[in-house]
Amino acid sequence: MKTLGTFSQEMLRRIQSGYMPYLVSILHALVGIYLVYTSPRSNIAFLIFISSLLTLYTVKTSAAYKVTAGVLLAVVVMPILGVRNIFYLEILFQICVFAALALGLNIVVGFAGLLDLGYVAFYAVGAYLWAFFGSQQYYVIPYAPGTQPADLPFLLPGDMFYLFLMLAVIIAAVTGILLGLPVLRLRGDYLAIVTLGFGEVIRVLANNLDKPWNITNGPQGITPIQRPTLPPAVVDLFNNTLGPVIGHPVKASDVYNVLFYLMALLIILVIILVARRLDDSKIGRAWTAIREDETAAIAMGIPLVRMKLAAFAAGASFAGAMGVMFAASRTFVSPESFSFMQSIGVLTMVILGGIGSIPGVILGAAVVVLLNLQVLQGLSLYLSQLRQSDAVIPIINFAWKNLSTQLDPAKYQRLLFGIILILMMIFRPAGLIPAARRQRELAVEESGD
Amino acid sequence: MQRFLKSIQLRELLRPLGQMIAFSLGSSAVLSLIIIILALILDQTAVGASTMARFKVSLFSYTIVNLPQVLIDGLTLGFVYAAIALGYTMVYGVLEFINFAHSEIFAIGAFVGVEILIALKGREILSTEMSVGNAYWWLILALLAGMAAAGLAAVVVERLAYRPLRGAPRLVPLISAIGVSFFLQDAIRLIESITTGQFHRIIPTFGNFDQRLTFGSMPLGAGSISLGVQIKSLIVIIAAVVMLIGLNYLVNATKVGKAIRAVAQDRATASLMGIDVNHIIALTFLIGGMLGGAAGVLYALKFTRIDPFVGFFPGLKAFTAAVLGGIGNLTGALLGGIVLGLLETFAGTFMSIFTMGAAGAEYKDIFAFSILILVLIFRPHGLMGENVGQKA
Repeated sequence: MKTLGTFSQEMLRRIQSGYMPYLVSILHALVGIYLVYTSPRSNIAFLIFISSLLTLYTVKTSAAYKVTAGVLLAVVVMPILGVRNIFYLEILFQICVFAALALGLNIVVGFAGLLDLGYVAFYAVGAYLWAFFGSQQYYVIPYAPGTQPADLPFLLPGDMFYLFLMLAVIIAAVTGILLGLPVLRLRGDYLAIVTLGFGEVIRVLANNLDKPWNITNGPQGITPIQRPTLPPAVVDLFNNTLGPVIGHPVKASDVYNVLFYLMALLIILVIILVARRLDDSKIGRAWTAIREDETAAIAMGIPLVRMKLAAFAAGASFAGAMGVMFAASRTFVSPESFSFMQSIGVLTMVILGGIGSIPGVILGAAVVVLLNLQVLQGLSLYLSQLRQSDAVIPIINFAWKNLSTQLDPAKYQRLLFGIILILMMIFRPAGLIPAARRQRELAVEESGD
Repeated sequence: MQRFLKSIQLRELLRPLGQMIAFSLGSSAVLSLIIIILALILDQTAVGASTMARFKVSLFSYTIVNLPQVLIDGLTLGFVYAAIALGYTMVYGVLEFINFAHSEIFAIGAFVGVEILIALKGREILSTEMSVGNAYWWLILALLAGMAAAGLAAVVVERLAYRPLRGAPRLVPLISAIGVSFFLQDAIRLIESITTGQFHRIIPTFGNFDQRLTFGSMPLGAGSISLGVQIKSLIVIIAAVVMLIGLNYLVNATKVGKAIRAVAQDRATASLMGIDVNHIIALTFLIGGMLGGAAGVLYALKFTRIDPFVGFFPGLKAFTAAVLGGIGNLTGALLGGIVLGLLETFAGTFMSIFTMGAAGAEYKDIFAFSILILVLIFRPHGLMGENVGQKA
């Protein structure tokens, strides 16, 4: 056993030295690309491909190489592979959306240590903002849901989307401050419950503001919501340059998906930049102080409420921007998308990846989305196949046919989130990739005894 | 026997009963007064006119006629909330920790109780024609089973998910508790889906619980409103009152209760005095869980339909009740539950008519949150809690 351990350590050392890291990461990426390209329906191929980004992150190479390879993979390779199989693009887009949300929540929970259980509310504020102004909803106000005439005009042109992306940042931040002002004086666990309540308030409002004035169209949700215009030339360009590689003509809707994916990547990049700068700034140090010991932080002269408000507003603003993107990409919003479960889902991503750790949070978002969309839905598919077959569980003599149709693993996200939260808290509270600060603390704890 | 009777401290039995009566009457009176004044004011405005158009009576008499029924319903709901709130408040008192999974403990109690009754109904032991006495015995059996299952579940959860985290930063056990809550919701759903094929369960009808005792009727416009109380509402209130008295006695008049209070006050010192702290904490979870489970069965009896997510809103509202009364304070939880139950029923009944249909009963769930936020802003230590700083 010991020899195996030293052997693997030796192997790891070799892989991490000389030209090996470059070779390993390129090889992993190429194998992944080849597999996804040749068998676009295989989930395993996709997992191998997407994990090559993780390899790229872990190997010891120059930063310039990492950035170039990462950009190449994310901006060039992924859209091409994604358009070949649109389901993968959807997964990638969802990973990006949730990574952005998780990064925003990470500022609140990870940096400032405020547990926000209603984070999705700010996402909903952004989504409903564009849903209202980017659809016919303004003209639907006098009508009860479902009774409006069919030929209502749109309030604003689709290109106002970009303006609203900016506006949502401000409006979500203001909402965050308005909520934060009364409640941020509270201690951590009360704050958690109040934010939970606020999330529910927003959801109930979205559900019920279809009367006396029809603002949100109630549980049916608002649709259609406009997207920014896409000149036909772009679609043609896409087809002319990438057509041969992709193998089939690309529709405008697919190009839209690529566009939104790239836009989400851009937003993530902005969030990462802002979050990193914030974390290393005076504000970031104040947040750390608040997180570690509020009383001491006050004693050191840190303006407690103002700093907490800043964290709340920063986190909320990113969620607002993502909400606008979500509304435009789906062309549909309904209260269902903003349930308490979604808030906990985002929290699970942060906890799984590592509180306060930017790469960790992105990894957490990717893992949770993949588990959710690939593993749980794969299980569902597998079970429904078993149900149609004549297979029988041998020992207890149970025919799969008799399995209740209510048992649909794709709907058991709560189970997944719950297990992840409990296990992470008990066994690895710092997450999969602990934050740099935490790593330093852990190192001190281990050597300091 | 004589000695046993002598050892019972009658005062500790009568005091909570007195408190409950006082709280019920007091909060009913205050809220009724507020609503009557509101009705008198609004009667002069368009609201009164629209009521007149719809029901052919003034808003004032509409309010007065509806009031007794609202009070009875509100008190029933309030005692259910109080029973759940006690579970939150006991755990908070001992561990300074919000047991987020308590709402699922409540759901477990409800499911176990209802499943037992459904099984009995399936064996034709229960029927609508059975003797009333038997029906009550079976109901008590279901109640006890629900309590036992919920108490056990609470202890297991504490042992597996909370105890390893004792001493960690405050948010760590809270996040674990959220995880437990989500896990249990889907675990209940999974078990119900596999075994019964559906996860919405309806409590079978048996005995005379659905009957209504009517006291008479009051005229309202052309028709009249009959005043009455369903037998099951009475059962809910009586069962809750008995449990609350029992809990109060346990905590305030027995040796175990003294140990619980000692641990709540200072864990380290209690441990030095020879109290097994882990044992007492587990016991706290057991008692809180049992109360929650009983509340679950009572809730199922009152509202008939349950699903795995049934605990979420009652749990949140009970937490609100605990905070409203002053978290960590048993009497406060009782008061908070009664006040919140009444407020919610008032909102559900009168909001629609007072706002001319613009905002109705659908907002009653967020009504509780608004109260929570208001309490936390203006009186964070609750109605009855003493002003204690955060323990370092």
